[in-house]
Amino acid sequence: MPSFNNKQTGVVPDGFDPAGINDHKELKRLLREHKKQHKSEPKTKVFRRILGYIFKYYKARFILVICSIIIGSVGTAMIPVILMMLTNTYIEPAVGGSTLGGAGTGVMSLWTFLVLAAALYMVAVAFSTTYNVLMARIGQGVLYRIRRDMFVKMQSLPISYFDRHLSGDIMSVYTNDVDALRQFICQTLPQLIISAVTLTALLVIMLVYSLWLLLIVLGVVGIMILVVTKVGGASSRYFILQQTALGNVDGYIEESMHGQKVIKVFCHEEEAKKDFDAKNETLCRHATAANKYANILMPVLQNIGNILYVVIAIVGSLMIVLGGSNVGLGYAIPGFDMGLIAVVVGFLSIAKSFTQQIGAISQQINFVAMAKAGGNRIFAIMDEAPEEDNGYVELVWAKRTADGGVEPSDVYTGLWAWKHPHKAEGTVTYAELKGDIEMHDVDFAYVPGKTVLHDITLYAKPGQKVAFVGATGAGKTTITNLINRFYDIEDGKIRYDGININKIKKPDLRRSLGIVLQDTNLFTGTIKDNIRYGKLDATDEEVIEAAKLANAHDFIMRLPDGYDTMLESDGVNLSQGQRQLLSIARTACENAPVIILDEATSSIDTRTERLVQNGMDKLMAGRTVFVIAHRLSTVRNSDVIMVLDHGRIIERGTHEQLLEQQGTYYRLYTGAFELE
Amino acid sequence: MIGKLAKSVREYKLPSILSVVFVALEVVLEVFIPLVCSDLINFIEGTKTAGAEATVGTIHHFTLIGIDTGVQFDALGGDSIGYIFIYAGMLLVMAGLSLTFGMLSGMVCAKASAGFAKNLRKDLYYKIQDFSFENIDSFSTSSLVTRLTTDVTNVQNAYMMIIRIAVRSPLMFVAALIMAFTKNWFIALIFLAAALLLVGAMALIPKKAMPIFDRVFKKYDNMNLRIQENVHAARAVKAFVREDYEIKKFDDAATDVRKDFTKAETLLALSNPIVYFIMFVLILTTCTLCTVFIVRGNTEPEFHPIGGDLNLGDLSALVQYAIMILMSMIMLIMVFVMIVMAAESARRIVTVLGTESTLRSPENGVTEVADGSIEFDNVDFSYAGDDDKCALKGVDLKIKSGETIGILGGTGSSKTTLVQLIPRLYDATVGTVKVGGVDVRDYDLESLRRNVAMVLQKNVLFSGTIKENIRWGKQDATDEEIVAACKLAQADEFISQMPDGYDTYIEQGGTNVSGGQRQRLCIARALIASPKIIIFDDSTSAVDTKTDALIRKAMAETLPDATKIVIAQRVSSFEDADRILVMDGGKIVAAGTHDELMESCSIYREAYTIQNKKSDEDFDDIDEPTKQTGGRDE
Repeated sequence: MPSFNNKQTGVVPDGFDPAGINDHKELKRLLREHKKQHKSEPKTKVFRRILGYIFKYYKARFILVICSIIIGSVGTAMIPVILMMLTNTYIEPAVGGSTLGGAGTGVMSLWTFLVLAAALYMVAVAFSTTYNVLMARIGQGVLYRIRRDMFVKMQSLPISYFDRHLSGDIMSVYTNDVDALRQFICQTLPQLIISAVTLTALLVIMLVYSLWLLLIVLGVVGIMILVVTKVGGASSRYFILQQTALGNVDGYIEESMHGQKVIKVFCHEEEAKKDFDAKNETLCRHATAANKYANILMPVLQNIGNILYVVIAIVGSLMIVLGGSNVGLGYAIPGFDMGLIAVVVGFLSIAKSFTQQIGAISQQINFVAMAKAGGNRIFAIMDEAPEEDNGYVELVWAKRTADGGVEPSDVYTGLWAWKHPHKAEGTVTYAELKGDIEMHDVDFAYVPGKTVLHDITLYAKPGQKVAFVGATGAGKTTITNLINRFYDIEDGKIRYDGININKIKKPDLRRSLGIVLQDTNLFTGTIKDNIRYGKLDATDEEVIEAAKLANAHDFIMRLPDGYDTMLESDGVNLSQGQRQLLSIARTACENAPVIILDEATSSIDTRTERLVQNGMDKLMAGRTVFVIAHRLSTVRNSDVIMVLDHGRIIERGTHEQLLEQQGTYYRLYTGAFELE
Repeated sequence: MIGKLAKSVREYKLPSILSVVFVALEVVLEVFIPLVCSDLINFIEGTKTAGAEATVGTIHHFTLIGIDTGVQFDALGGDSIGYIFIYAGMLLVMAGLSLTFGMLSGMVCAKASAGFAKNLRKDLYYKIQDFSFENIDSFSTSSLVTRLTTDVTNVQNAYMMIIRIAVRSPLMFVAALIMAFTKNWFIALIFLAAALLLVGAMALIPKKAMPIFDRVFKKYDNMNLRIQENVHAARAVKAFVREDYEIKKFDDAATDVRKDFTKAETLLALSNPIVYFIMFVLILTTCTLCTVFIVRGNTEPEFHPIGGDLNLGDLSALVQYAIMILMSMIMLIMVFVMIVMAAESARRIVTVLGTESTLRSPENGVTEVADGSIEFDNVDFSYAGDDDKCALKGVDLKIKSGETIGILGGTGSSKTTLVQLIPRLYDATVGTVKVGGVDVRDYDLESLRRNVAMVLQKNVLFSGTIKENIRWGKQDATDEEIVAACKLAQADEFISQMPDGYDTYIEQGGTNVSGGQRQRLCIARALIASPKIIIFDDSTSAVDTKTDALIRKAMAETLPDATKIVIAQRVSSFEDADRILVMDGGKIVAAGTHDELMESCSIYREAYTIQNKKSDEDFDDIDEPTKQTGGRDE
């Protein structure tokens, strides 16, 4: 996903006026920027945490994996030694005139030696199989747990988290970053262990057989490491440039594909091609550079390896021809001394293996960096502070007592009550759930210090309809988001049936509020599943009844599979109006005493809206309703209409009262005034 | 398919070919290096043996690349060091050349593949620019974006693999095998057998694993869909307190993914041990056989027919060749798997490249539009192209130049479809549409569209300044013309209030201006070219009635000769229309003035009554969600 949020904007100065936010997206962008400034230091312990996951769930198996890798790698490292032993013990004496079988050396027969070597390799293969199979299981298991932990964490995050992060960015953590971890755990980690073990084994072997040649190998390896850092560094610099250019091209493509019809209408094709060509050319330039460095790394390493090979051959030959003396730790141990020619042959093979392993490590460097970046983002999500809930008042089934009060009930009676324990007195009281909501002098700010709601005071008695009117950004949706505690207020009080909503457990509070959201947010699944989202145990009859109430039944029946029609993501196979009807049906199914309608009918044409209105009236009957609407006709019959401007209630009253006042509402109503 | 893609290589043919050549040279050098090394080892062994036995006068042959040069020398002679340096010099030169060729091939390959990708992207983009509305409808926007981005990258990587590894591996395989044959045909045959065994075993695994991967990718998509929904619908999940329910759903999806991925990866994991196993067996066999051959060859001269004249140096060279042969096979299989995966991307790209635009501008088309008169003559139209599901049926309509026409109708009544035929965004299925008395199909497309300005229902602004956006309508518009157009569209006022005025940067999708502002900018963009026909497709829905009226009034004053067609939901938008058309189910069911329709048309009367004149203001400029979800036409 290319990111567009760092684009130069021009319109929004730094010291913007919070109430002047004229778009929801704009707000989100500002919040993101705010967040960027306060970004915490990247965690350095990513790898420790990844290993922590592995050890937490697969300790025994992972240790087995490491042991298997060690045994398998030592097996590979032994190939040169076998070559040396063959040369020294069997070939050289034979060439020197003795017979096959190492007669005279008195070590063991060639065949015994070969059988032993074969056995060693079978063991190595067996262990290598073990580690590969185990690693596949461990890798997938760890990924599953990381995904699950992340998802569970995400469900507990406050809404403000979703405001601060682009959905594309969050998705990319689940896909790209988890994929980077998969690469790291399943391939990079084992490969690094293999390389480390093999290199160590080879070092020990070299140490045993020849110090001089070891020094040569180490010298050349030093050069290799230098090359890897230089070339690799240049490569990753250009890769960053390539990514930026790619982001530019992708962004341009996305924009022009979305506006393709406009391009056609304005015959703007040639200009679009020209712009595209320029961006495409830049991308090509950076991609060439980036790939150039990446492509030459391997040949360079390989040929430095070849040069190492040559140098060893020369030095070895010179030592033999000139009769130089070899020094190695092995000479102190009986049985480990070896003829110089065998040592040289062995070292030639060692040099190859050594270069190969360094090449293998250089191939993994990028993956380590990617895993680190990805892991940082993954653990950043896991470390986010969850939504706080200090509530203790619960919603319980209730029944009516003789004196008109309520008491808890074991069966569903249609009546609900707030169970309110009082710690100080140690008593529990029950208050009936009625839907009485009061706000007193409420202030609110998304970003501390930039208050967007000022001194909001309102009373909604059970069964009353309260409407909010005002321009985008005036704070209508924000007020409703405070009632269900998507956000917490800065100052003031909100009471629900006389209880401070901070004392109510959030799940219980939200269950008592039915919301039809501005964005429909339908889920993949059948229509039935979607309506049932409001009440998981709703019967088919209840579902159909809810759909009828929202006037959605007719169009549902016209769909090929009726209520069992599958909805694609967010119901893209339905029209916006149909989606809104389903969204209303979903809330109707929930059957909550308080209903919030946030632009519930904005995409339904006037004719259909009139039909839905009947259902809506039924839905609203006897409930407390907060309504935010696009059309003034929708709010006209409210008990009270609040006109909001820049986060303040500037007018309130019934439709008739407000018309009489001849204020903002009057001007809106007569079309003489436009809210921007 | 490959032919279509290959067309995009163009000027990068030379780098591509050079890349192959350099890779080939590098491979040749690489296989010769062990050969020279083996000569060197044999030489050293000779001197050493000679030294050990201290036999004076042992004669050795100086061989190079396995060929006896005929030069003979005394092993104990002082010039043996000189010969060692000859070998060393040769080896260093070879390594240097191999390094050079390797780097060169890497460089030209990078150039070739990046260039190929550039051309491919360009070809795709140009092709899409050429698409008609019908073509655009048939691909979804997001699928076009994927084809231009991810798919091109996949094909680019595959191309790089093909001109590098896919050339290198078979070459390496053949060259190393030939070298092995020159050393010992018997051992070389064993190499060949081992390589075939490896390919067989490795090919079997992807074949088994592929169906599982197919399945697992679907499950993976499903899991990601769940995540995406939850990210988008976080408010809904919280409002309905369905966190646990969603976690349960996600867990099911994630468990599915884990199960199948583990299965597939376990299968793939087996390939590693298979490679190891074959490699170990081969190396041990080679070592054993060599040892036996060398020892026997030394002691029993008649053994040569099979054993050949093997030496210690040959043993070390053969071990290198064995590793080269196996590695090249492994690489080849890996590349093959990658190519198979990229094939799907290639197919999707070729589909776009192979699509011909359904609408072409005629050669030598009419470039002058006489006036703004419009005529529909018995026009049928259907999106699918078959006559059964007609969006428009039997439309007859004559509009005089300069007339103002209003169009009213419910969702799906084909109002948009009707007007889209005028600038020839689609071709009528049956019948003709004439503009200025000429069939639209006879016009040069650009000339026609420049004269028919259409403000689309789903309109977008592009990232860039306001000025740049308005200039879309007229490339060479002066600043004064831009201001005039914006005044006409009642946009000048709010633009002037912005800190950067006309240089204000519009973000992608125009998200930093409100819906009403966006609509007015789009109108200004359409009006700046002083077109002969202006079509507003529900273009003032987010603008208040007063501004709406001001725009119409300004248009009537400054563009009196232009034909104006206004589609709207608001009856008030038709105030100054000469005629109002009422559409229902793809037909014009009524036409006339406001008063006539109030009397004769029930649909019009109903709309008017509901809206009850000024009671139904769409005063609020919310971004309607349809604009963000995009991709759907009515």
